[in-house]
Amino acid sequence: MKKNRAYMVIIIPMLVLFFTFHTFSFLKGIFYSFTDWKGYGTWDFVGLTNYLKLWGDEAIGDAYKFTFKYAICATILVNIISLLLALALNAKIKCKNALKAIYFLPYMLSALIVSFVFNFIFSNVLPDLGQKMGIGFLSSNILGQENLAWIGILVVGVWQAVAFNTIIYMSGLQTVDTDIYEASSIDGAGRWTTFWKMTFPLIAPFFTINMVLCVKNFLMVFDQIIAMTNGGPGTSTQSISVLIYKQGFSGAQYAYQSANAVIFFIVIAVISLFQTRVLEKREA
Amino acid sequence: MLKNKKSSTILTIVLFALAAVTILFPLYITVVIALKTPEQIAQSVLAFPNKLHFENFLTAIEKTNFFVTFRNTLIITVVSVAGTIVTNSFMAFAITRNRGRKLYDFIYYFLISAMFIPFNIIMLPLVKQVSFFHMDNVPGLIILYIVMGLPMNIFLYSGYIKSIPTALDEAATIDGANTFQMFYKVIFPTLKPMNATVAILTFLWCWNDFTMPLVIISDQKNQTLQLAQYVFKGEFATDYSLAFASYLLALLPIVIFYLFAQKQVISGVTNGAVKA
Repeated sequence: MKKNRAYMVIIIPMLVLFFTFHTFSFLKGIFYSFTDWKGYGTWDFVGLTNYLKLWGDEAIGDAYKFTFKYAICATILVNIISLLLALALNAKIKCKNALKAIYFLPYMLSALIVSFVFNFIFSNVLPDLGQKMGIGFLSSNILGQENLAWIGILVVGVWQAVAFNTIIYMSGLQTVDTDIYEASSIDGAGRWTTFWKMTFPLIAPFFTINMVLCVKNFLMVFDQIIAMTNGGPGTSTQSISVLIYKQGFSGAQYAYQSANAVIFFIVIAVISLFQTRVLEKREA
Repeated sequence: MLKNKKSSTILTIVLFALAAVTILFPLYITVVIALKTPEQIAQSVLAFPNKLHFENFLTAIEKTNFFVTFRNTLIITVVSVAGTIVTNSFMAFAITRNRGRKLYDFIYYFLISAMFIPFNIIMLPLVKQVSFFHMDNVPGLIILYIVMGLPMNIFLYSGYIKSIPTALDEAATIDGANTFQMFYKVIFPTLKPMNATVAILTFLWCWNDFTMPLVIISDQKNQTLQLAQYVFKGEFATDYSLAFASYLLALLPIVIFYLFAQKQVISGVTNGAVKA
């Protein structure tokens, strides 16, 4: 039992810290969601008022629409691009390691700074190119346009996420025995059939990993928006995380945004569980 | 499945061209803008500058308080990585070796289920919590990084520790080692691949994290590199030369690290994701 005492020397303080900052914060968020606290001053219990107000709130509705539109588009784009890239990088090519290293580089860089750089590209480089080459739609900054700004954020998000997903798909492709290609070409299967019927089912677990991680990360989109549009123009690129941050800290909506966070947590947890279930079933 | 040499060469060229346009072009912009004066930028955004203005870096260092923020970030990153590896691995070991006992099973599921709670969900109450304990500073951030990484790290480590035979623990104990000696001298070295994965993931997180410093740090002397870029952007919005010199300074350490350790980084990151 001496052993267990030694374990507790580390486990207890770590758990106390974890509980204090993670669990207790989470519970406190739930607690305040039933109050009318502004983040300062006094408060009262208001029951489910905050939750009921969420339903009709246009700002919340818009934030959900933007966040899901962004997450769905980004997830689809990232997975298509990374899968193609992984297939290409996995083929017999020269300088394989150098290419792999270059394509993985974006993963290393800070999302904030990458977004600043793309901000500059959208505001200065592309309009400059557009004017010189007479391409109309490039000549103004897309981040300044309410209906297009989200595409700018999409580009940055996808640019960075492709790196990680490609590497995962590549490690999936490496587990595929090359003999199956020979077998399927003897059987007269075309390239598309070979991929769809042979390769893809074999890398399905890696598809699951990528889908789950992508959706979860893109639903939390924050850094890119703070760096590029700060939710604007208007509130057209305000994601749920950005809304919680802006209104919760400086909009005197501490309790109300806590309720928003609780609902968003439930949404994310349900989606993650659902995805894992469905995708794992398809693998089997 | 390319059948001949020619098509493999073509694919190689296509991949390099694609990389140049998509990956390297934004980085080229970053370097070039950092080396130009505002007048040179006005003349041509894209052209390589006829005269390189390295003094942009000196001005940026001075104006962003680079040495202070760099030191803060370095301390946070190094101590968090070391602290994470040393404590989280031991904790995972203790939990894994005692699975099947109610208390340890409870701790395991308690921590793992926390993976479903993203940071942004708890940031509002967390900030109140942190300021209550006066942890809105460098040591505070270190503790948060070590603690907030627990769920993921326990998950990663415990999968790996399961494959290590308990005979190893027993042999060390019979030789008279106490629990700490047994773990750190015998078990810990065998966890090397997972230690590398956790170290790399923690390193990238601490160095590149923006959200946590943004909501927690208010005093300028506690700023991290990422937070400093954000604050600087707010103050010098239009001075692109200085802003980009500053961005480049913040990116450079990680790019240099990557140049030397890209193989380990890629395999470490893959290892972590595929295990998870």
